Amino acid sequence: MYQDQFIMSVLFILIIISLLVAAGFLGAFLWSVKSGQYEDSYTPSLRMLFDDEIKRNKKG
Amino acid sequence: MSNSCYHCGEQIADERIEHDSKEFCCTGCKTVYEILNENDLCKYYDLEATPGINPSLKSASKFDYLRNDQLIDKLIDFKDDSVCLITFLLPQIHCSSCVWLLENLSKLNPNIISSRVNFLRKELKVSFKYKELELYQLAGLLSSIGYEPSINLNDLTEKSKLKLDKGLIIKLGVAGFCFGNIMLISLPEYFGLDFIKESSFARFFGYVNLILSLPVFFYSATDYLKAAWNGLKHKNIVIDIPISLGILVLFARSAYEVLANVGAGYFDSLAGLIFFLLLGKVFQQKTYNILSFERDYKSYFPVATIRIDASGNETSIPVSDVNIGDTILVKNHEIIPVDAVLMEGNATIDNSFITGEFAPVQKVVGDRIYAGGKQLGQAIKLSVVKELSHSYFTQLWNDEAFSEQNVDKLESITNVVSKYFTIIILFIALASGAYWWQYSMATAINSFTAVLIIACPCALALSAPFTFGNALRILGRNKFYIKNASVIEAIASISTVVLDKTGTITQSSKGEVKYLGMELSETNRHHLYSIFRQSSHPLSKIIYSSMQSAALTTIEDYKEVPGSGMEATVDNCTYVIGSEKFVQPNTPNHTLATRVYIRINNKYYGFFQIENKYRARLKQVIETLSSTFNLFLLSGDNDSESTNLRNYFNEKTAFFFNQTPEDKLAFIKSRQEKNEKVLMIGDGLNDSGALKQSEVGISISENVNTFSPACDVIMDATTFDRLPVIFKYCKSSITIIIISFIISFLYNIIGLTIAVQGLLSPIFAAILMPISSITVVVFVTMATNLLAKRSRL
Repeated sequence: MYQDQFIMSVLFILIIISLLVAAGFLGAFLWSVKSGQYEDSYTPSLRMLFDDEIKRNKKG
Repeated sequence: MSNSCYHCGEQIADERIEHDSKEFCCTGCKTVYEILNENDLCKYYDLEATPGINPSLKSASKFDYLRNDQLIDKLIDFKDDSVCLITFLLPQIHCSSCVWLLENLSKLNPNIISSRVNFLRKELKVSFKYKELELYQLAGLLSSIGYEPSINLNDLTEKSKLKLDKGLIIKLGVAGFCFGNIMLISLPEYFGLDFIKESSFARFFGYVNLILSLPVFFYSATDYLKAAWNGLKHKNIVIDIPISLGILVLFARSAYEVLANVGAGYFDSLAGLIFFLLLGKVFQQKTYNILSFERDYKSYFPVATIRIDASGNETSIPVSDVNIGDTILVKNHEIIPVDAVLMEGNATIDNSFITGEFAPVQKVVGDRIYAGGKQLGQAIKLSVVKELSHSYFTQLWNDEAFSEQNVDKLESITNVVSKYFTIIILFIALASGAYWWQYSMATAINSFTAVLIIACPCALALSAPFTFGNALRILGRNKFYIKNASVIEAIASISTVVLDKTGTITQSSKGEVKYLGMELSETNRHHLYSIFRQSSHPLSKIIYSSMQSAALTTIEDYKEVPGSGMEATVDNCTYVIGSEKFVQPNTPNHTLATRVYIRINNKYYGFFQIENKYRARLKQVIETLSSTFNLFLLSGDNDSESTNLRNYFNEKTAFFFNQTPEDKLAFIKSRQEKNEKVLMIGDGLNDSGALKQSEVGISISENVNTFSPACDVIMDATTFDRLPVIFKYCKSSITIIIISFIISFLYNIIGLTIAVQGLLSPIFAAILMPISSITVVVFVTMATNLLAKRSRL
């Protein structure tokens, strides 16, 4: 019985870790909203079609 | 040999220009190709076939006004020691090639650091070294490759742009995060795992839930609490009040239960409730960010004009600096910026943006020309008689109708229902609390709070946003673009429909060309066709495009007399074509109709009359509308069309002619004073006042992306025949909302019967509340879709 509870108490740590991980994703979401990634949801879909060329341009 | 231009894809008609073994329709297109070819940017043509825009052959001096530092400071977004950032509106952006080219501008000019396109908004953000490359040069560079920036007065006055509300998205994200985690942690509670209750886990989970609910309550829910507080302050019961009551009670009771260690609380219900509510709000806020519904004359008028001083020097000055008495120069396709008198040149004014009249008007020296018209043809000199803000059309914006900002003209159905709802729920809560008070205080508080929690009108608050949001989307598919969801409610309540004539029930892009007079022989027709083709006059173009399939002949002698007409010789026949004064000066007709007269070999034949063409299926639309609404017709023109119009309208409809923009506005007001809810359909600047004043202003347009005055709805002209169906659909959407209210009340009754007994368990609340919301959302979405299918929308 004592051992059971001891083993189960690892849940405290696991839940806290899981919350921290989730909070990390929340932070990533907030950052993406604030950096304006949702303002233009269409142009990137066109841009990805010619990204090779652009990369070469930037280097040259 | 292909028949279309390598650059713009247009049919090659006149001259065929060959260059680099490619064919172009004009030198403009060829020049653009050359520029791109030199700079190794020909990938432009690989991404899409014929992506180019036929560049209008205008001098680069058009952007001279961009040398003015004052103007520059107002236009740019940001500037430091060397770099300047500016956003241009480029209406020509239409394909992926455009995006690619515009984002590679740095190849064209090394002083451009970077450029980025927002395709839907048709915007280009450019950062450039402004010491090496001046703004007017940059604008000129863009024009030279076919993307002429559209810069208007509006860019100077406000910098705020339509943006998706970031705050709301963040609130939704936070609420979603907390909702998910609270659900996860509440899971053992849902399954009734007993050992959890005994161990210290229960308390631990309770505290974690409490902490997770703090951002939901103190951040995500703030909009509702604030709105409820505002409602209370103005003694106005809005839907936010019962919602806030539910939120407050949920949070307070749950916090108490956890802190006093008596229960698990209703944190999952709280977070779920707010998450769903915010989801509804986001759905409701979705609008068409490509279209602008708030345009006034400023988005149409130019930024600068050319002033000619006494010694004949031309300088570019901001329109706001134009004074009475100044002489200004207006070139081909430029807009007259202020009311003025014509001093020199032949004015052919296109007023289609103001009145919707497609045929241009001729003006002679000494005539007054109102601001807003567009000059077609050679440059003209004008003497200014009124400043911009006092001009004939801009004056309209001084009316009080334009100072009322975004006031909801109608009380929404949700708020009407929530008034009664709030009172009834408070009554039930107090009654059940009072009943239990006799037995035990704990049960009394328990049942009182349980009623407020379970009755929290989440479903009620979601019904309207989802119904209208979906209807908005469906109508948008039918090219009927509504500003926001509350407009649908306004459309459902209208009793009076007011129509503008020119440009609204007539087509503003096409006229009907009729020939009246002696019969023309086949050869004469061929000759006329060739002559009209030669002329660049707008009326000639209209007549030319109306004459079909006549063969082309070579014109031997062609002479254009500006402002009057043209003379030509074909196959030994002499033609004199043009105004009445030019062709037939002896027998004046004093007609107001737009006519082009013809004389062949010195013999008068007749004239082409260009008439407004009524929209397709106008008669049916009018019949249906007049059977359901009070119908009126307002026109700025004279009553010459009156008898013709009676063919379309029955006697019930009153006509009003010679209406100034102010008259139209006053007419709407007078109907509103009779307690009528007015819907106005108009098109031009001259309807702006009436559109703004009416409960619903619909602006009809042949091309929804071009200028349209401030309004609630922008509709494509092709949708005109579906108007009655659309109005009916809006009315039915209200019925759908009422049915969904009944559904949510049924859920409430089930919940309340349990709540008043003091038996509401957290798990029951956590199941019932989302289920009622989801049922309502699914019902309204399916019902609006089904209705749309039935109405063939």
